[in-house]
Amino acid sequence: MPKDSKIKHVLIIGSGPIIIGQACEFDYSGSQASRSLREEGITVTLINSNPATIMTDPVTADNVYLKPLNPESIAEILDEHAGIDAVLPTMGGQTALNLAMECDDMGIWKDYDVRMIGVDIDAINITEDRQQFRDLMESMGIPMAPQKTAKSFLEGKEIAQEFGFPLCIRASFTLGGTGASLVYDPEKFEKLLDSGLHKSPIHEVMIDKALLGWKEFELELLRDKNDNVIIICSIENFDPMGIHTGDSITVAPAMTLSDRTYQKMRDMAIAMMRRIGDFAGGCNVQFAVSPDEEEEIIAIEINPRVSRSSALASKATGYPIAKIAAKLAIGYTLDELDNQITKSTSAFFEPTLDYVIVKIPRWNFDKFKGSDRELGLQMKSVGEVMGIGRSFQEALQKACQSLEIGRNGMGADGKGINNQDEILESLQHPSWNRLFHIYDAIKMGIPFKTIHDKTKIDFWFLKQIEEMIFFESEIEKYTVDTIPKDVLFTAKQMGYADRQIAHLMGCLESAVYNKREEYNIKRVYKLVDTCAAEFPAKTPFYYSTFEEENESHSSDREKIVVLGSGPNRIGQGIEFDYSCVHGVLAAKECGYETVMINCNPETVSTDFDTADKLYFEPVFWEHIYDIIRHENPVGVIVQLGGQTALKLAEKLTRYGIKVMGTSYESLDLAEDRGQFSNLLAEKEIPYPKFGIVESAEQALELASELGYPLLVRPSYVLGGQKMKIVINDDDLEHHVVNILKAMPGNQILLDHFLDGAIEAEADAICDGEDVYILGIMQHIEPAGIHSGDSYAVLPPYNLGDYVIAQIEDITKTLAVALNTVGLINIQFAVKNDTVYVIEANPRASRTVPFIAKAYREPYVNYAAKVMLGAKKVKDFDFKPHKEGYAIKIPVFSFDKFPNVNKELGPEMKSTGEAIHFIPDLRHNYFRKVYSERNLYLSR
Amino acid sequence: MKFKHRPDAVLLLQDGTVFRGKAVGQIGTATGEIAFNTGMYGYQEIFTDPSYYGQMLLLTTSHVGNYGIAADEIESESIKIEGLVCKKFSENYSRPAAVESLQDYFVKNNRVGISDVDTRALTRHIRSQGAMNAIVSSETSDIEELKAKLKEVPSMEGLELSSKVSTKEAFFFGDESASHRVAVLDLGVKKNILRCLAERDCYLNVFPHDASFEEMEKWNPDAYMLSNGPGDPSVMEEQIKTVGKIIDSGKPTFGICLGHQVLALSQGLTTSKMHNGHRGVNHPVKNLATSRCEVTSQNHGFVVDWASAEANENIEITHQHLNDDTLAGIKVLNKNAFSVQYHPESSAGPNDSRYLFDQFINNIKKHKS
Repeated sequence: MPKDSKIKHVLIIGSGPIIIGQACEFDYSGSQASRSLREEGITVTLINSNPATIMTDPVTADNVYLKPLNPESIAEILDEHAGIDAVLPTMGGQTALNLAMECDDMGIWKDYDVRMIGVDIDAINITEDRQQFRDLMESMGIPMAPQKTAKSFLEGKEIAQEFGFPLCIRASFTLGGTGASLVYDPEKFEKLLDSGLHKSPIHEVMIDKALLGWKEFELELLRDKNDNVIIICSIENFDPMGIHTGDSITVAPAMTLSDRTYQKMRDMAIAMMRRIGDFAGGCNVQFAVSPDEEEEIIAIEINPRVSRSSALASKATGYPIAKIAAKLAIGYTLDELDNQITKSTSAFFEPTLDYVIVKIPRWNFDKFKGSDRELGLQMKSVGEVMGIGRSFQEALQKACQSLEIGRNGMGADGKGINNQDEILESLQHPSWNRLFHIYDAIKMGIPFKTIHDKTKIDFWFLKQIEEMIFFESEIEKYTVDTIPKDVLFTAKQMGYADRQIAHLMGCLESAVYNKREEYNIKRVYKLVDTCAAEFPAKTPFYYSTFEEENESHSSDREKIVVLGSGPNRIGQGIEFDYSCVHGVLAAKECGYETVMINCNPETVSTDFDTADKLYFEPVFWEHIYDIIRHENPVGVIVQLGGQTALKLAEKLTRYGIKVMGTSYESLDLAEDRGQFSNLLAEKEIPYPKFGIVESAEQALELASELGYPLLVRPSYVLGGQKMKIVINDDDLEHHVVNILKAMPGNQILLDHFLDGAIEAEADAICDGEDVYILGIMQHIEPAGIHSGDSYAVLPPYNLGDYVIAQIEDITKTLAVALNTVGLINIQFAVKNDTVYVIEANPRASRTVPFIAKAYREPYVNYAAKVMLGAKKVKDFDFKPHKEGYAIKIPVFSFDKFPNVNKELGPEMKSTGEAIHFIPDLRHNYFRKVYSERNLYLSR
Repeated sequence: MKFKHRPDAVLLLQDGTVFRGKAVGQIGTATGEIAFNTGMYGYQEIFTDPSYYGQMLLLTTSHVGNYGIAADEIESESIKIEGLVCKKFSENYSRPAAVESLQDYFVKNNRVGISDVDTRALTRHIRSQGAMNAIVSSETSDIEELKAKLKEVPSMEGLELSSKVSTKEAFFFGDESASHRVAVLDLGVKKNILRCLAERDCYLNVFPHDASFEEMEKWNPDAYMLSNGPGDPSVMEEQIKTVGKIIDSGKPTFGICLGHQVLALSQGLTTSKMHNGHRGVNHPVKNLATSRCEVTSQNHGFVVDWASAEANENIEITHQHLNDDTLAGIKVLNKNAFSVQYHPESSAGPNDSRYLFDQFINNIKKHKS
């Protein structure tokens, strides 16, 4: 049966700003769905308030509305586009579903004669209302953990008495586990019961008996209107029940399930999806399995939409869930669609893997001082990485190498700890580093049983790690001169980086690399093809391993490599993926073959049809260098992938690989405070007085010279990490000692802080000669709050002509003086009509996508063409759409950390952003924000 | 504790291609036709499936052995594959219900295997070059010696293998007081076919592959099940005749895999050897009558020719494989027989097609009333 020809114009609802629990995976699914529908000749209108998304680009949809996600916006859009006949709310996470429900309650869909596709309201209601869901499961004979609903404090206490501790308590209708906690004692229980009742929008909490230590699994399903259902992926949680799945290390395919238990689970999942409602689309089901002979299966929850896990499952299997789910929503059946990877077989099939993927979440606890760092039922991570390997061990090492937490992989880098008490504590109370402590525990000989008892992690996983540690002893028997080929080959197959092997043998990384060359131990690339090589595949989605056959053949075309931005974290989020995707598209337009390297499964850049070739690999030197050697590109774009990519510029240059656009020397000049200040002085550009110190003593000395307040920060950091404003000697001493403890040997910058200054920033494109200023933004908060955490107004709302002229002059002078070829962002402080330069970053900034959306021009595309030397600034006909003001709104996830006050300062803390347009400054929105500008400033 | 080194092993294909790896299972040498299975779970069920007799089995999934061996998750009493080729082989296993490791199970069954092979390269090779014979050895790395041995291995085409795996004596299965009596022609039957029928109120008499129609009729069955099994169906002349008589009797008949092929041959259809067969648990099949799709478990290297079925007016094509549009199921129109190329009893694999057993039971009930 072909598609429903009555659907001609679809509204897709996005997920809004990035928050913990709802990240850029929904940009990936939304943009994929939009493209999928447009392929079918359907007009797509899209709403999302997040400007840093690809989905809100003109390349993605026919009409884009950057409006607040509320029913008023929806009604406005429907007024404007009478042709919209359907809404697809399953691509924008819980936010989109909630909005769709709200509109349904208000009768908006009915009034405008709009059908909801991809889900039905009953399914949402049933899956979100835990009591209804539970009753339904019971009627189907699907077991669930003992659970009851409390609508009052008293009811809650009675339930606790009945079940006994530990208990799991969670609020109904919330996102990312907000309000869900594990409790072991009555005191904490009462506190959490109270807060849960408050947090739930319907003031209801569910209390479950905790299934601590049970194994946790997830299945991703697709279903069409003929009720055909397939399982796209099985995912096993390395961390058992008790840790939110978004905070768990996960593995696909499931490693420790027998066919018998897996098939039972599969049957249950299919029955559940069929039963919750009548809809065609995607669905995610979570299960717990008892870790005993019974292998009892218990259903945890079902999400009738595309989820975080579906993005992961899509990347893990190659099966584009969102793309197919969108086609199913408009009436196609699975058997009439092609497998998008092979293009010759059916979309109705279940992907099979001949590799293993490991996902590890990325946390940012350092940004939330005083936060409870223990992992639990509430999600706390801000991003994730995925490692692909031909074995669990290899995938695990590659995932660890992708994390960018200063480790070279799992262990073998001299960063392990050996304090037994600390390790045991960490095993029992998991935080971001438990995986590393499991390694340390095995290494120091803590009994296996103890490790298992404390972590409840399946023995198979622990044994895999143990085997790696045993093998390290084999490596340690040799030096780089004596290591036999098979030992080195096995180490590489296990995923060890050259650096780790070098650490084990006490030699240089380059010596290991040379030894590999001598033995001809080379990375080979394998295809992610959904079918374990049963059929030829057309899609260029590769990962590396060490084996015999290489499936990636380098073409004769001129190539450009774009380095991705790795895991999302505070300070480096979706904006950089937006820029990378545009860099790829621009390079394609210039006639290059494009090669993307990234390891973040949530992104659009790692979609298999973004670049000509995708290498799903760690953005880690060794992997990048091997790809470059294999592909032999004209050059590498590092400007778009944030600090992750940028910090590789030096090594690329050293190895004679061309960095496209602004050279490493210029990037370094801008980062090196001493050199940069000399440049400013030479150009007679004002800057705050500063100095560089290497100890607390030097700092105190310098402070008396510069005068308080002082801005203190380590050099070469991201998003204002460890940046602080101090006002006296005690604070200064304390902070400097802290920095040196965390980052030994790092230089520390002390800037005189311009108290009460106004902050502004400018983004520009420069081709080395001409400069075009994309936009100037003025911050609403006074200086002292990180630019990423500030409300920024484009264009400035009250800077005088004289100040703006200075900003323009300085921007142009500096861009040229830094030999910028591509993008540059400059931050200013304005005090007494003097414009001081705080910093300059010759690279894509967080604000470029914001300006591009506000002015409706493809600035990253332009900048990429300049970087590639294909165009000059004067070749572009800039026609910004200037109307009123655009406000960039920082969005925080403080609600995930109840103990942390919302305090803002020079260190960035926001997880996402939204855009808000106002016609003029009399607008209430602006007046409200402006009046609250000092509210959260901390020192 | 130390890292465990395993001895080297070698795999040689008929076309001279060599892969090297590590020994698993018994130290020794094994030969068979190499075939790949793309399933990610259920190695124990696969290894004990009699249809794999004569096959050197390549698993495409990365890890095997992770959950050890459970006593009751078997499809026959012993390992039926000739040898195993895999990527990562776990000697350590984790499953409270397991009784031993896969390594011990292989040794006990005197089976040879090779791990740490670039199985993906090998799969791609077989995909393009087609099924062929192979030899695995962990006792010699002398390629010339292995080549000589490999030459002695007969081609799967034209090979009758049911006699090697079928029961020698008829036996009963299930509850004697069950409502229906089903005669099973054991061409290499998987236990789960018997379980699926017994669960549906059937009492079974499982006859050896060479049982005659008359011999089976003596037991007075209500219906016939033609089982799966290994080998080339076109050379099974006796069974083809027997099945022809069964179908002519008008009693409800259900054929699975090899049983389906023999049933088709008995109706004058033809079969041929496939390039590299279907082996896995993710094979998409469409039921042409209902338009519903099933994810199926498959294991066959021969197939009933679509054209021969289409040309026969007594045959209705009921099921189609969605990847390559091959024939997956038929019904004999003027008789009470149907059959499928795939495995509704799955094990390993999805349970989507169990309804076929219910359909069979309905046929029996209708026939009896």
